[in-house]
Amino acid sequence: MPVKYAIHHTPAKPRFRPIGKLGIVDWREDCSSCHNCVKRSCVYRLYRDEADTLRDEVGYLDYIYQCKGCLSCVQNCTKNILTRVVNPEYRRLGDGYYTPDLVLSTWFQAETGKIPVSGSGYGGPFSGPGFDSMWTDMSEIVRPTRDGIHGREYISTSVDIGRKLSHLAFADGQLKVDPPPLVETPLPVIFDRIPQHWRRGAVMTAVTTAAAEIGTLVVLCEADIRENEASLRGQAIPLLTTPPASAEQPGGSAPFVMIPDGPDVMAEQAALKRDHPARIVAIRIPAVPTVAGRVAELARDGADVIHLVFDSHGMEHGSSQPRHLRDVLRDTHTTLVRQGIRDEVTLIASGGIAAAEHVAKAIICGADLVAIDVPLMLALECRLCGECQHGQPCPIALEEIDPLYGVSRIVNLMAAWHSQLLEMMGAMGIREVRRLRGETGRCMFFEDLERDTFGRLFGKRKS
Amino acid sequence: MSREVRPAPPRYRNEIGKYSIYRGPLCANCGRCVEACRHGVHVRPEGYLHVIRPYDYRCIGPECKHAGCFCIDACPQGALKLSINPVSETMGDRRWTPDLLMSTWAMAETGKPPGKHLESEVGDSGGGFDRLRFRFPDSPPPGLRREDISTRLPLNRRGDSRPGITIDVPWYGGGMSFGSTNIRALLGKARVAKAFHGFTSTGEGGYPERFVPYKDHVITQVATGLFGVREETIRRAPIVEFKYAQGAKPGLGGHLLGDKNTPSVAAMRETVVGVPLFSPFPFHSVYSVEDHKKHLDWIAHVNPRALLSAKVSTPIDVDMVAVGIYYAGGHIVHLDGSYGGTGAAPNVAKKNIAMPIEYAIGRVHRFLVDEGIRDQVTVIASGGVRTPADVAKAIALGADGCVIGTAELVALGCIRCTACESGRGCARGIATTDDELLEKIDVEWCTQRLVNLYTAWRQMLVDTLYRLGLDSVAALRGRTDLLTHLDYENEA
Ligand code: SF4
Ligand code: SF4
Ligand code: SF4
Ligand code: SF4
Repeated sequence: MPVKYAIHHTPAKPRFRPIGKLGIVDWREDCSSCHNCVKRSCVYRLYRDEADTLRDEVGYLDYIYQCKGCLSCVQNCTKNILTRVVNPEYRRLGDGYYTPDLVLSTWFQAETGKIPVSGSGYGGPFSGPGFDSMWTDMSEIVRPTRDGIHGREYISTSVDIGRKLSHLAFADGQLKVDPPPLVETPLPVIFDRIPQHWRRGAVMTAVTTAAAEIGTLVVLCEADIRENEASLRGQAIPLLTTPPASAEQPGGSAPFVMIPDGPDVMAEQAALKRDHPARIVAIRIPAVPTVAGRVAELARDGADVIHLVFDSHGMEHGSSQPRHLRDVLRDTHTTLVRQGIRDEVTLIASGGIAAAEHVAKAIICGADLVAIDVPLMLALECRLCGECQHGQPCPIALEEIDPLYGVSRIVNLMAAWHSQLLEMMGAMGIREVRRLRGETGRCMFFEDLERDTFGRLFGKRKS
Repeated sequence: MSREVRPAPPRYRNEIGKYSIYRGPLCANCGRCVEACRHGVHVRPEGYLHVIRPYDYRCIGPECKHAGCFCIDACPQGALKLSINPVSETMGDRRWTPDLLMSTWAMAETGKPPGKHLESEVGDSGGGFDRLRFRFPDSPPPGLRREDISTRLPLNRRGDSRPGITIDVPWYGGGMSFGSTNIRALLGKARVAKAFHGFTSTGEGGYPERFVPYKDHVITQVATGLFGVREETIRRAPIVEFKYAQGAKPGLGGHLLGDKNTPSVAAMRETVVGVPLFSPFPFHSVYSVEDHKKHLDWIAHVNPRALLSAKVSTPIDVDMVAVGIYYAGGHIVHLDGSYGGTGAAPNVAKKNIAMPIEYAIGRVHRFLVDEGIRDQVTVIASGGVRTPADVAKAIALGADGCVIGTAELVALGCIRCTACESGRGCARGIATTDDELLEKIDVEWCTQRLVNLYTAWRQMLVDTLYRLGLDSVAALRGRTDLLTHLDYENEA
């Protein structure tokens, strides 16, 4: 049995006081200083711990980052003056897609490397747009593919990137064709090019080193290539943007490169392979409404890898009614399947992959793997406040980050994602993430379940 | 065990309600507000000169104005202020809204349906039960009387030689292990089960000796960990439940974090203190219905008087699974939907795996009907059943009854802060085995809160049946024609 892939994590405490969800207000006025709340009520000792760390500060701190919200202090206050409120800063965190909850959860994972676990049932909405309208399936009994998790078995999360042969051909018992080159990543997640406003201080060093540490790949711009060690270790995918892409560009000699789509893209791919036939070329293409057809065309013409880029919320570009990655990927995948070429090309999806569950769901919808950027920045404590984009100072001084600290935060996040992927795959009875691709039979879509259950009872759904 | 409703006041000094009443320094202690308020918010105890601090959680808000009993208007000094309690906004979630929490607390305190100022039927999840409504006829049929409506539910429909157990209300308490939950809360659950001729379940943490006096109302659960499961406890149980999966973490198996594995828990489970415990998923000896049948046969052999139940989660083929349970000899198919409660589960599992119970019920019901075996098996639904309205909707969709878990804990003061998994467990002393924290509740209080809750629920269920013109809960099963869904066009 091969050695198990594991991502080792070590705690990496936040550099800045994270934004907590809940706060206690109205503490001072009328308070009888009985200390009921401080001494007796909080079983987590939060008030005491806060007081210990804040000796030099005046007064109490209103927003207790770790507050679990049990309300015991509020309900035991002798004078009924303690009130708990939602931290307004928390409400402003992130946006409608990168919700405050998701940001906090990402911080937790980057700090601890652990899967977020909680008690009680699920407290969120019944379903939602995009990935929130999918449930993954589970198998009630042992199926041939299913062995469970928790250490006894081996679940593989590795994927092969590159062109694959549709079939093998033999002559005189010998293989007659040369299999094209492949790169294997142990995780179906690579790091995408980090947007300009985040590429400050040691951020790129942290991202590339973390990629090297967990054995995955990172898409780099020309400017990043020489500076970063990871590129030397074969982890980098240089994005050759100056047209026409050529081997002479910085990074152009790398074994795996990425080029933007364009009218002559296949000629560029051919040129890049000419002097280095074992090179893999990925074509980066914005996910627009017609992308399925374009992907099929490129796949037929011999593309190795196609990287579909969605916006940061996972929506397609250039449409007044944009579809979510979920639907575009399904469309693209089925188009390729129908044309009999799905297995030959590798599909990478990026944009809107915000949580571990999205990795599994994007793969079920038809991607081979995903690329991420925003979650990496969240791991570095980014608050998505957008100040940096406007040239304002960053509240977490991102430019001052210690690269080693950054590496540990990113590695931790990936460790937590990897574990969650194993949980989901274990429940599905799928032992290899390669087999999850396009496996919509291992998931349930909101609209199908609604139609089959409520639709037959209540007719047509209101739009 | 008595079913008598008695007030079971909240155990914290400041219970949380929807409204806050503030009595300011202008108060002259005239007592007008005491006279005005019909809800016991303002109180001047016998022999007191002063009106004591308002019990503002009982306040029903500005609605009072129309009934002519508004304390704010009654106060000659203008000393009273009424506002929405800002704390209520920080509690609960989309499924268990602040109103649902507060209405459950009110029922547990009083044994009565909560007032109209609280939304006590639906949450804010935006789908499933929260979007389903009943279509009530204009008036119930003449002659139908509330007191004649039956809420009883027979559990053995196979007509075999095993006992024909019938429970008084169409729900029973869910499995919570000794280790996940305070023994006092568990005993409260066992005692209310006895009072209502119903059941509670051990969960998979063994069979505490203190359950023995209630043994006729305790289901023994058998899960892969087999923690503390013995033939002796199987022989004791009127129902034995095989747990294949649980809705809150379908496909993952049970997990008790090390911190919660205290000496008493470890002793019960016959394990080592402080070690995290897994019940791996699934049963590695079950590959087919035949294997499942072997398990049930074993139980049936060890306890010839037990009814057999299988608790499963809700995969896409849940209907096949249900049929499999029937053919293997099960009396009860217990479907646990994906939004169920738990002591601890990865968030990724709670949110994403398996289907909500609202879908599963209809699928299973239909399939069993098509197979011609619907009347030989009892279908019990759980996983997100929060209110008597949810129970009624689940039954209308095709279940026979429900299992409830979270609602019982909410009645005991759970606020759904979701910290139950943490080191010492629940800060409110419910889901804990920490010696200090478990002092926070006592058995009598727990029992009374649950008796009150069950009584209020029954009354609300009877009211629904009455308004629907049905004389029994059995007559509601599968009556999807009585339902409507707010998101569908023909909801009128
Ligand atoms: S709400 Fe609970 S966890 Fe938060 S500070 Fe108060 S007692 Fe502590
Ligand atoms: S319990 Fe209330 S009165 Fe006592 S110290 Fe705390 S806030 Fe002040
Ligand atoms: S915290 Fe704000 S300023 Fe700093 S990197 Fe993030 S978005 Fe930019
Ligand atoms: S009516 Fe007003 S003045 Fe009189 S006791 Fe009530 S709050 Fe005080």
